[in-house]
Amino acid sequence: MNVTRRQTFMLGAGAVAFATLGSQATIAFASEESDKLIAEFSGGKEATAGKIKLKAPEIAENGNTVPISFTVDSPMTADNHVASVMLLALGNPGPAVGTFNFTPMSGEAAASTRIRLAKTQEVLAMAKMSDGSIFMDKKTVKVTIGGCGG
Amino acid sequence: MGINKRLTRLTLATIGAFALSSTIALADADDNELVIEGAKMTTMVEGAKDGPLDEVYSGWRFRSEETQALETDDFDNPAFSAVDRGKELWTTVTGSKGKSCSSCHDKAEDTMKGVRASMPKWDKDLGKPITLEQQINECRTDRLGAEKIKFDHADMLAMTSYIGLQSRGMPVNIDTSGPMTEWAEKGKKIYYTRVGQLDMSCANCHEDNYGKRIRADHLSQGQINGFPTYRLKWNGLGSVHRRFKGCMKNIRAKPFKVGSDEFVALELYVASRGQGLSVETPAVRN
Amino acid sequence: MAKSKPRVKVPKKAAKGDIITIKTLISHKMESGRRKDKKTGELIPRKIINHFKVEFNGAEVFSANLEPSVSANPYMQFKAKVTESGTFKFTWTDDDGSVYSTEKKIAVE
Repeated sequence: MNVTRRQTFMLGAGAVAFATLGSQATIAFASEESDKLIAEFSGGKEATAGKIKLKAPEIAENGNTVPISFTVDSPMTADNHVASVMLLALGNPGPAVGTFNFTPMSGEAAASTRIRLAKTQEVLAMAKMSDGSIFMDKKTVKVTIGGCGG
Repeated sequence: MGINKRLTRLTLATIGAFALSSTIALADADDNELVIEGAKMTTMVEGAKDGPLDEVYSGWRFRSEETQALETDDFDNPAFSAVDRGKELWTTVTGSKGKSCSSCHDKAEDTMKGVRASMPKWDKDLGKPITLEQQINECRTDRLGAEKIKFDHADMLAMTSYIGLQSRGMPVNIDTSGPMTEWAEKGKKIYYTRVGQLDMSCANCHEDNYGKRIRADHLSQGQINGFPTYRLKWNGLGSVHRRFKGCMKNIRAKPFKVGSDEFVALELYVASRGQGLSVETPAVRN
Repeated sequence: MAKSKPRVKVPKKAAKGDIITIKTLISHKMESGRRKDKKTGELIPRKIINHFKVEFNGAEVFSANLEPSVSANPYMQFKAKVTESGTFKFTWTDDDGSVYSTEKKIAVE
């Protein structure tokens, strides 16, 4: 087949468009998964801001180990406590990070852990109270890529 | 040395290859103070009068606050799983002679104090300097009747981090006198020799441009007072020689071999550039 | 990495009603299942710690379901309210079915 320069260019453009569509599809897929996880966790209830505070670095020096922590404001009594907190890394290939289950014996609904972030993205923390109400907080973490490996 | 010439060449090389960011130029070492489990570490000393650096900084001072925090508490520091393992190995009998490290060296807390701070060190029998890993292997083969293990073997890293910890907080104190001088000179030559497709030497990054950013990374002076070091990138501990290898790959040079005379000489010279800094083993870096 | 080893930090004693901080870490690669073997190009199968549980005198205090986005050598810090002396039991469950556990005592006055 004879392919002119212009055709080559068109082919290239097509490939770019396809690649773009492809990556959008991946993003859509990941956010679909997040939506599903959120729906399952919240039981379809609307999340309200407040009560839960997520702490994450503004810039992570390495995406392999990003320290994050959260606290939820609650009396932690038998009839009024935090049941669980779900963490999602919305930009990771698999957004689920973990679900943390509390009891009145926890005394305080707070935890710290270290997570992997594949790229700059939003991290979401969602708390489910013993009465089923849902609260949420989000933080953007910039992940630096490049520099010296070794 | 023709400093101007070197700088010009460096500028050209770096603009072409790495584009060191001049907008964030001289985001120097920070002023944070490193206190590990209540003990204050020395992370800056004045350089020797005839030395290459006016101020000598630990790599800790170039890291983000989150990474820095990981080193200040021995529970938060993920290298301590290996330290625990090293403590176990210290008294575990291995090899054909039915002995453990403690058979000869008793308590590491007493006998290994200061060892990390002064390695590499002259070995009379071999007639050359040896690193901590090589010393451990010598003990394994000669006294325990065990096999040599690699520098980055999990058991070796457990031993080097446990032994190194016994010197934590002590100043790096490398002897470069007598027969060591020749080896330190050899290491110095390697340090300043441009190699690889990017035609760079250690000094181009770690002496001329520390404090600046190389893409997203904050360049340190390349001090080795915290090795073996837990690197977030590695998800684990690694030896100085592994780090050297990584640097050489970054400048697209063919790395020397772990444990080679070249790397031993380089380790000796680089360690001597950090005289007076506290040993931070096992440190945490990005 | 050799076999997984847990590390746990619990205060030795506390006053009745105190909320104490507990830190835990277990050495584990947390193989995500998304990495490829550099030599063969094949996906390395997922192998992570997928569950962590903390009990005090037999009752659950805290637990977590973990996913591959948790870093290698998983670290967990959390709280517990102590009203009596007793023993904390920590249990980590691996994808391969292995269970690692350790215990720590606390004296409550």
